[in-house]
Amino acid sequence: MNQDSIIYFENVSKWFGDFQVLNNINLEVNKGEKIVVCGPSGSGKSTMIRCINRLEEHQEGKIIVDGTELTGNVKNIDTVRREVGMVFQQFNLFPHLSILDNCTLAPIWVRKMPKADATELAMRYLKRVQIEDQVHKYPNQLSGGQQQRAAIARALCMQPRLMLFDEPTSALDPEMIKEVLDVMIGLAQDGMTMLVVTHEMGFAKEVADRIVFMDEGQIVEAKAPTEFFENPESDRTKLFLSQIL
Amino acid sequence: MLSFNWIRQNLFSSWTNSIITVVLIYFLASIIPPMFDWLFFEATWIADDRTGCTSDGACWAIIGARFYQFMYGFYPTEEVWRVNLVYALLPFGILPLLWDKMPFRKQFLIFAIVYPFLVFFLLYGGPGLTAVASNKWGGLLLTLFLGLGGIIIAFPLSIFLALGRRSEMPAISAICVVFIEFIRGVPLITLLFFGSMMLPLFLPEGLDIDTVLRALVAVIIFQAAYGAEVVRGGLQAMPKGQYEAAQALGLSYWQMNLKIILPQALKITIPALVNTAIGLFKDTSLVIVIGLLDLLGIGRAALADTKWMALHVEVYVFISVIFFIFCFGFSRYSLYLEKKLNTDNDSENK
Ligand SMILES: Nc1ncnc2c1ncn2[C@@H]1O[C@H](COP(=O)(O)OP(=O)(O)OP(=O)(O)O)[C@@H](O)[C@H]1O
Ligand SMILES: [Mg+2]
Repeated sequence: MNQDSIIYFENVSKWFGDFQVLNNINLEVNKGEKIVVCGPSGSGKSTMIRCINRLEEHQEGKIIVDGTELTGNVKNIDTVRREVGMVFQQFNLFPHLSILDNCTLAPIWVRKMPKADATELAMRYLKRVQIEDQVHKYPNQLSGGQQQRAAIARALCMQPRLMLFDEPTSALDPEMIKEVLDVMIGLAQDGMTMLVVTHEMGFAKEVADRIVFMDEGQIVEAKAPTEFFENPESDRTKLFLSQIL
Repeated sequence: MLSFNWIRQNLFSSWTNSIITVVLIYFLASIIPPMFDWLFFEATWIADDRTGCTSDGACWAIIGARFYQFMYGFYPTEEVWRVNLVYALLPFGILPLLWDKMPFRKQFLIFAIVYPFLVFFLLYGGPGLTAVASNKWGGLLLTLFLGLGGIIIAFPLSIFLALGRRSEMPAISAICVVFIEFIRGVPLITLLFFGSMMLPLFLPEGLDIDTVLRALVAVIIFQAAYGAEVVRGGLQAMPKGQYEAAQALGLSYWQMNLKIILPQALKITIPALVNTAIGLFKDTSLVIVIGLLDLLGIGRAALADTKWMALHVEVYVFISVIFFIFCFGFSRYSLYLEKKLNTDNDSENK
């Protein structure tokens, strides 16, 4: 494990009943690195990134996030969740709270920030994702793209050291995909460490330091984008690329 | 409004519709005037006993003669101001919990917390107040004490039970399941019996818990078990993504439930919760089996009085009206709450 490592997977395996979803995963991500994860449906991409903030529990191997090992220890889990932001395919905004309240909730209750400070912080991020004029609306009054940008702002308000994205644009109408990707590109340019499950290969080419290809619970290859697209090693990668490109 | 057009479109839009309208009008016209005659115009309001009611209408004199008992049971007359004070303060004890735009709500909320203790002190007595044994309580006093007390105290308990049942800790969830299923599996009447007949057998001699309190405990656990299942239904309807988003933000178990899950889950269970509350409020009449006389019990006692015999209809109409006022109030409140919570989500600024 090197010094800059912020995510460290060592021989991680996980089963749902008899079915092995993750098969001996080894992965190390450094601070500031942007990783795109792709692979066929059911290959374990979501499960892998959900292990990073313990929404899923791994059964074998070792996961260390920002110096904290994920075990059954609740304190460790809380520590990690505070530092890791997550954006979901279905947004998962809290429908009974305004956009602003969605964003200030965790800073106020988890970080114990005074309300005024939390509001100021939230407004800064909401401005950054360009929905500062919608902050008093409720999630269901916003378009899908706006909701996803609000969800990104909500995660950023915890000032995480690392952001996870699980297919953030898959539930969006095509015309809204770009507005969300633009926000993510901006975030990448600011140096955020990002792990993104996506099939947006344009985004991967532009932003990723490495592309991780998964199949049947294994990491088949992990390479820089140019290498990955021009020089795939395994037949499974070639087949996958031929299907999506 | 009731314009010619409205009438035509709604009441006479087709042949069948017109026939139904005409039949209904005929039906109402032949029912309502005699009903009003009996209820009001030909009723006797004041009389010394049954024989004083000579008119064809209702004999409301029985209600007047027994009004004190209907309101207070057998509470001593010289202490009845205490009950009146409890009644008078009731709106201030309950409204701040129900109405979020109440003027001076913050101050009243503090009062709402004090109110239950005040009620106990005033009704039972204590330092500076003569003790009034609870077997003297009755009528509306007892109905409200058991009904409202049961509903309000059981509400937080049912939330804990529902959360407990869904807990990932097997011991907690097992305890909650057993409790809920056991209580739901038996009628309230047996719980009341159990409380009043069996409990004293298990308690050390000399330690005597008051009958009304035992009934209150029975009512609370009964309502808590029913409420728990309603709340659990609401919890189950919550999408998994809400839990995951809350956890991913680092919220603790209680923060997640208090801030994210319960506000949404309770909102969708309001109609069902109010439904069980109304059911319980009416079921408090069962305390008659353990010798307590609530509103209904007092009514039956009045009917047994030879001076007033055979005035069943008057007594039951009166009791029904009182129950109706409260239950209708609950149901209107639930509608108000649903509407309020919905508009909160739709309007741009709260
Ligand atoms: N809670 C669960 N219980 C049982 N099996 C599960 C569970 N969650 C996921 N799986 C299975 O694990 C496998 C991997 O799921 P995962 O969601 O990680 O795949 P994915 O790569 O993200 O796929 P997709 O592209 O469709 O999102 C799938 O076969 C799925 O059916
Ligand atoms: Mg997935």
